[in-house]
Amino acid sequence: MAEKMSQKQNFLKGIIKDNPVFVMLLGMCPTLGVTSSGFNGLGMGLATLFVLLMSNIVVSTVKSQIPSKVRIPAFIIIIASFVTIVEMVLEAFIPFLYEQLGIFIPLIVVNCLILGRAEAFASRNNLLSSIVDALGMGIGFTIALTVLGIARELLGNGSIFELKLVSEDASTLILFILPPGAFIALAYLSAAFNKITLKTT
Amino acid sequence: MEYVLILIAAVFVNNIVLSQFLGICPFLGVSNKVSTSVGMSGAVLFVMTIATLVTYLLYNFILVPMGLDYLRTITFILVIASLVQMVEIILKKVSPALYQALGVFLPLITTNCAILGVAILALGMENASLLKAVFFAIANALGFALALVLFASIREQLELMDIPEGMKGVPINLLVAGLLSLAFLGFTGLA
Repeated sequence: MAEKMSQKQNFLKGIIKDNPVFVMLLGMCPTLGVTSSGFNGLGMGLATLFVLLMSNIVVSTVKSQIPSKVRIPAFIIIIASFVTIVEMVLEAFIPFLYEQLGIFIPLIVVNCLILGRAEAFASRNNLLSSIVDALGMGIGFTIALTVLGIARELLGNGSIFELKLVSEDASTLILFILPPGAFIALAYLSAAFNKITLKTT
Repeated sequence: MEYVLILIAAVFVNNIVLSQFLGICPFLGVSNKVSTSVGMSGAVLFVMTIATLVTYLLYNFILVPMGLDYLRTITFILVIASLVQMVEIILKKVSPALYQALGVFLPLITTNCAILGVAILALGMENASLLKAVFFAIANALGFALALVLFASIREQLELMDIPEGMKGVPINLLVAGLLSLAFLGFTGLA
């Protein structure tokens, strides 16, 4: 029972207490770069979740085989292989998303979140914990990106997941689709997140 | 003239940090003092130029002729990681003064997505040549430096301000970055 409880906490910490975007500030480039719509945010979140999960599984499995001096380059190769897989799969099956995310797909490699989890968690814990950790962190990241994407799309375009909520010719706050809007929207979201978490703890 | 356009476009219009969102981690992380931000900018300029030079040659003369261009991501990140290590070792030996100034920033650069990002973007330029790619890297590094130093100067002033409790730390910094980005939006259409 105690074991089960700790796995649950392990899962939940990635979503709330150590949320990669709002609390740990990891992976900020894709967070700001691709979230001009809810769909893009969700797509990027899921791509990152996949790479994170697979790299945590592999790193946790082979951790005893890697000499500690070359562990960082080894982790980077593992991560880069899965990123290449994601890149090819997206290009073949979801070309629309591939176009939208553009350069940020190969840049999943340098997302500090993934290398950070490989180094800080998967290389020290067993397979099951690493999977749970990756799922928690990946879902926390996906939620943050989707929420930011939805907020920007709603303010800047008046729609949610391409579903128009206002009339075609209504004027919207176009600023939020543009680059400055990403910084400003994330600033207020993280202020709100701080406020909520401070209250509950 | 073409080169002037590349320079203006990279520094002002499509600023790598403020409008393309590459290199946000060092932008938020090492920008609390102007002096550290200058050091970081120097290290980025150095590594970005060499990395783009090497990856451009590697891609066009090895990967493409052998039909291995799908290995781009893996090759580039490995080249950049080992390049950073190499630069660190060489600097330590050849120019201890420069190493003192840039040393602490070099390890951070491997995970700076601006380096990999610019190396990949340089491949996609119109009728690209080696000289153009390297110039593009230098221009982008200057853009990074401009954004970082501006942001650090504002943050130094911000230390003295009375900020509402909930906005302290990350939110206010992001807000400042947003306003800075808004100012750079004014350059749209310049080049």
